[in-house]
Amino acid sequence: MNTTSTHFVPPRRFEIYETTLNQVSMWEENFKNNGGIYIPNSIIIPTDAKQDSLSDDTSHGTPHKFDQEASTSRHPDKTQRRLAQNREAARKSRLRKKAYVQQLETSRLKLIHLEQELDRARQQGFYEGNRVDTNALGFSVKMSSGIVAFEMEYGHWVEEQNRQISELRTVLQGQVSDVELRLLVDNAMKHYFQLFRMKSAAAKIDVFYIMSGMWKTSAERFFMWIGGFRPSELLKVLLPHFDPLMDQQVLDVCNLRQSCQQAEDAVSQGMEKLQHTLTDSVAAGNLGEGSYIPQITCAMERLEALVSFVDQADHLRHETLQQMHRILTTRQAARGLLALGEYFQRLRALSSSWATRQREPT
Amino acid sequence: MDKVMRMSSEKGVVIFTKSSCCLCYTVQILFRDLRVQPTIHEIDNDPDCREIEKALLRIGCSTAVPAVFVGGKLVGSTNEVMSLHLSGSLVPLIKPYQSLLYQAN
Repeated sequence: MNTTSTHFVPPRRFEIYETTLNQVSMWEENFKNNGGIYIPNSIIIPTDAKQDSLSDDTSHGTPHKFDQEASTSRHPDKTQRRLAQNREAARKSRLRKKAYVQQLETSRLKLIHLEQELDRARQQGFYEGNRVDTNALGFSVKMSSGIVAFEMEYGHWVEEQNRQISELRTVLQGQVSDVELRLLVDNAMKHYFQLFRMKSAAAKIDVFYIMSGMWKTSAERFFMWIGGFRPSELLKVLLPHFDPLMDQQVLDVCNLRQSCQQAEDAVSQGMEKLQHTLTDSVAAGNLGEGSYIPQITCAMERLEALVSFVDQADHLRHETLQQMHRILTTRQAARGLLALGEYFQRLRALSSSWATRQREPT
Repeated sequence: MDKVMRMSSEKGVVIFTKSSCCLCYTVQILFRDLRVQPTIHEIDNDPDCREIEKALLRIGCSTAVPAVFVGGKLVGSTNEVMSLHLSGSLVPLIKPYQSLLYQAN
């Protein structure tokens, strides 16, 4: 029979876990080294396992090296067919690669352009007036300079966050003193507290912006509770990663989780009441009379309360982190902060994966 | 202020609120979930409303409402109540005032 060594899976669809231009050049190398045949490497995950007629070939597809002479002599037709299929697959793969690279180039140019714009804005000390943006429907929406500043600050915050997570990861893999760990843990905690301060300032400028979570990625937004993560949910996610825990610690964490849930519940109900009073304000009087300045004025006053709810939610997050810090040992806290950080990294990766997924035209 | 002193030293959990304040509602819900029946003083209908607010701030409450007193002593506003609860210190404080409607956890 023919000699085969690799299973050829033409990637009909693929999702990119984390793509950089470096990976494109790696792909190019991969491509060249494999004689013009695409062999999936670990970076690109083929998601569609469905095989089309091209690889319906019940033999194992393309051998890593062509073994033409041996096969041709025994089964010339089969070999010819297989070679034609391979050529076709390679051609399609090259086309896909070309399209992908073009997409990357366009995005790269866009990114450079945006970075230049931001640099210019930073040098000008941000805009004097308001920046005009467009929302999804194409209407001009004024984005205040405070919110622009917040978005940029948040970008830096995420960068620093990623750096801290990498450091924690590296350090926990080896031997590290408690003293050094305590420093890293304290920095990580301070970093989260800084974010809450940033959000508080931004909420005072535009509370709807914070409530909408527009500065977060889509998956993070999906799990949002009043402008951020839900503390009790987070405790549930992190609990398995603290092993081993002393009995008293298990009790403390469970009590904390219950208190969190009660606090969250109370705040959520307060929010609902706020929504009801807001509805009442907006809908007051004669709906349809065409003039509604008093209703809007009243509703505006009520909206001020929304800021204090965002603050209260962040206060719960702050206190939850503080309590975990109190309950856990330094090493456990470091482990927990690493787990927490990577959890959000994964959500962000999920968001970009989802955004860049390629769909076959039906 | 005498009025505030008198009202706040009533037995049990006392909360000064305003009808329009939704965080006041939040704090009431929390105490209800903890099986406590607080005494509520809604001050926006009180003629001395402004005086009461000033007095509460002077006593040391971070925001005038909600102002929570337990056994005559000031606990604080929403922030303080939440911090106490998450640290596990609120329940011991209100234990004498919890009703025995349900089995204790």
